[in-house]
Amino acid sequence: MQQTLNLHDREELIAPLYQFDRKFWTTLAVLIVIIAPGMLLYARQLVVGLGVTDLNRPVFWGAYLVNFIFLIGIAMAGTVISAVLQLLKVNWRRPITRIAESLTVFGLMTAGLQIIMDMGRPDRLVFTLLYGRLQAPLLWDIASLTLYLLTAIFALYLQLIPDIALLRDTSPASAPLWRKKLYTILSLGWTGAKEQWRRLEKAITVVSVFIIPIGISLHTVTSWLFSTTVQPGWKSTILGPYFVVGAIFSGIGLLFIATTFARQYNKHLKEYITETFYTNLGWIFIVMSAVWFYFTLNETLVVVTEQETLEFPVMASKLFGEFAPAFWGMIILMIAATWILVAPKFVSDKPTPNPLFQSATGLVATAISIVIFFLLWLRLPVLAAPGIQSILIIAFVVFLILALLGVTKWMKTRLITSTVIASAFVLFGMWLERWNILLPTLTHARLIPYTTYNPTITEIAVTISTFGILTLMFVVFYKFFPSISIWEVEEGRALESDSTH
Amino acid sequence: MTDWCMVIDLEKCVACQGCSIACRFENNTPAVSPQESKNGRAIRWNDVFPLPLHFAPDQGEYPNVKTHYITRPCMHCKNAPCVKVCPVQATFTDEEGIVHQNYNRCIGCRFCTVACPYGVRYFNWFKPEWEETLAEYRNPDQLSVNGSLEGPAVRPTGVVEKCTYCVHRLAKAREQAKVEGRDFRPDEYVPACVQTCTGKARFFGDLDDPDSTVSQLSKSLRAIHLLEDSGAHPKTLYLAEG
Repeated sequence: MQQTLNLHDREELIAPLYQFDRKFWTTLAVLIVIIAPGMLLYARQLVVGLGVTDLNRPVFWGAYLVNFIFLIGIAMAGTVISAVLQLLKVNWRRPITRIAESLTVFGLMTAGLQIIMDMGRPDRLVFTLLYGRLQAPLLWDIASLTLYLLTAIFALYLQLIPDIALLRDTSPASAPLWRKKLYTILSLGWTGAKEQWRRLEKAITVVSVFIIPIGISLHTVTSWLFSTTVQPGWKSTILGPYFVVGAIFSGIGLLFIATTFARQYNKHLKEYITETFYTNLGWIFIVMSAVWFYFTLNETLVVVTEQETLEFPVMASKLFGEFAPAFWGMIILMIAATWILVAPKFVSDKPTPNPLFQSATGLVATAISIVIFFLLWLRLPVLAAPGIQSILIIAFVVFLILALLGVTKWMKTRLITSTVIASAFVLFGMWLERWNILLPTLTHARLIPYTTYNPTITEIAVTISTFGILTLMFVVFYKFFPSISIWEVEEGRALESDSTH
Repeated sequence: MTDWCMVIDLEKCVACQGCSIACRFENNTPAVSPQESKNGRAIRWNDVFPLPLHFAPDQGEYPNVKTHYITRPCMHCKNAPCVKVCPVQATFTDEEGIVHQNYNRCIGCRFCTVACPYGVRYFNWFKPEWEETLAEYRNPDQLSVNGSLEGPAVRPTGVVEKCTYCVHRLAKAREQAKVEGRDFRPDEYVPACVQTCTGKARFFGDLDDPDSTVSQLSKSLRAIHLLEDSGAHPKTLYLAEG
């Protein structure tokens, strides 16, 4: 192995691991403040019972299950994407494999937490092992989640070994003794011998091959929790692939956000995680969004057209009923995200005098279109006259187009910012999608009066807390291990220099 | 082999909710506050509600009005969706066709409550409570075999419960026969709701015995199953209003 990563590079990546500066402690304190209320309220739920949530009959599952599906979704993308790219020997994956794989591990851990929080008797969790029925979909899910978590931890650890050895050898004199010991134990006596490399790369390839079906199985099995029941709205044969696509889609979104977060946290990472990564993974992101729209159209159109007596009320509640804000909110977020990703591809990055493409135009048009939207929404009697209303609708469409054109140029020059905005939209949209799959069916039971579900403070706080825990794991983990795979980047550079000579 | 079955004649049912109350006291289902009841937390193993439920039916014009009611115990399905999804076998069908619920095994995942198309399953959102002296009048019966806990036993927080066709009464009747040194006859036991039914609209017995009342009634042209399309093969039979 050539040492193409020079000493300066290494210092940039390793030195921050030993700097417990003010920024780190502030981040930690903020995260604990975010996490604490949810944990306290969960403790209350443990004592009092699940009655502190707004779950009821027939809405027996709620926000916790939505979080669960969402979290295993974002967990899926990390490892599956990094494994696929690894097997395809794609070079730009190198700086982000570590972040992707750790997201999988942390996502699965917090997802498991949601299941435990949702249980009426978490003290009986071990019963699933003692008395588990292999015919029950929930047991498949538990088995799949455990297997995926173990494989993901294994994959992450394999990737870490050479870097841990590097940390062991390069730790500064001031480093605490326990950290040196930790690295010594975890590096498993790695010396970088040729035979060790050969075995490591073989093991990584094998794990990459296995983790893809395991990851896909987890999300498919989770969809089977719903589609194997006889409840209207869930009896769908495409729910499995729909979940998988949604998982990869939202997973890429979180990957973009986590990578950007890491870049902002340690400025040196900008040299490694470059715009190439954003452009290339961005293309996969666009493809996933197209596939997601395709599935959503399938799910919606078929039910709307057949108008079956049990299925249709569920769909109608999404299209026009109490779930319309969540459903159309999801659609708008996804369309906006796709626009942000696709539109800049069609404009040049040179400055243009065309007023249509100025960001000022975009801002003004956005503001005006929002005002018109709310005017239409309010249905003021003054505006009810047919003439005025049609003018308003036309104006809304015109200003919306102006707004979309205006921001395009702005986005073109800010690839990373716009990708992060699109990712945030996709993440929120996918959370809403899980909500729209789960709740309309539950509130429309066959022989129980239709009800509603509004999460209580407990569920909201626990949800916030969960995402706090996810971030906390991320922050703490990368205080101990470098956030990019140093040896993989070295290897990539070595390959590049080989090919140029 | 005995095949327990309940037949409910909707023609005779006057929707007095007597079955619901008898069930509550027989099986120690706790009453919840009006606020919780409004939130959908009421527990009624045997529920009485109007049909159709979701769309206001055409009830005619005064004085020629008509309302349809249905009383709903557990259907004790032959292909029970709840039994299929339970991860720990806390709910299971015995060889006589009764779907049991074991409170000592249930982990409270609520998959069965979600899977049941009839909505017969209830969850203990809080610790069950009884007002003032009511707790002293609880039914002391419970079914406890090999560490399982069933029937009217007071449920812990966070488990699912449901109608069991009063399995503890069946166990008692069997014991009685054993003590008296004779064979148990299927007509020695009925659930509390059947015993109390004001309009004598409920029948209970062995579907395997061709001479039993339920067997005879099951051949009626009015005999229907609720939500036959759900594929659960429910056992509780209804005799439709003619």
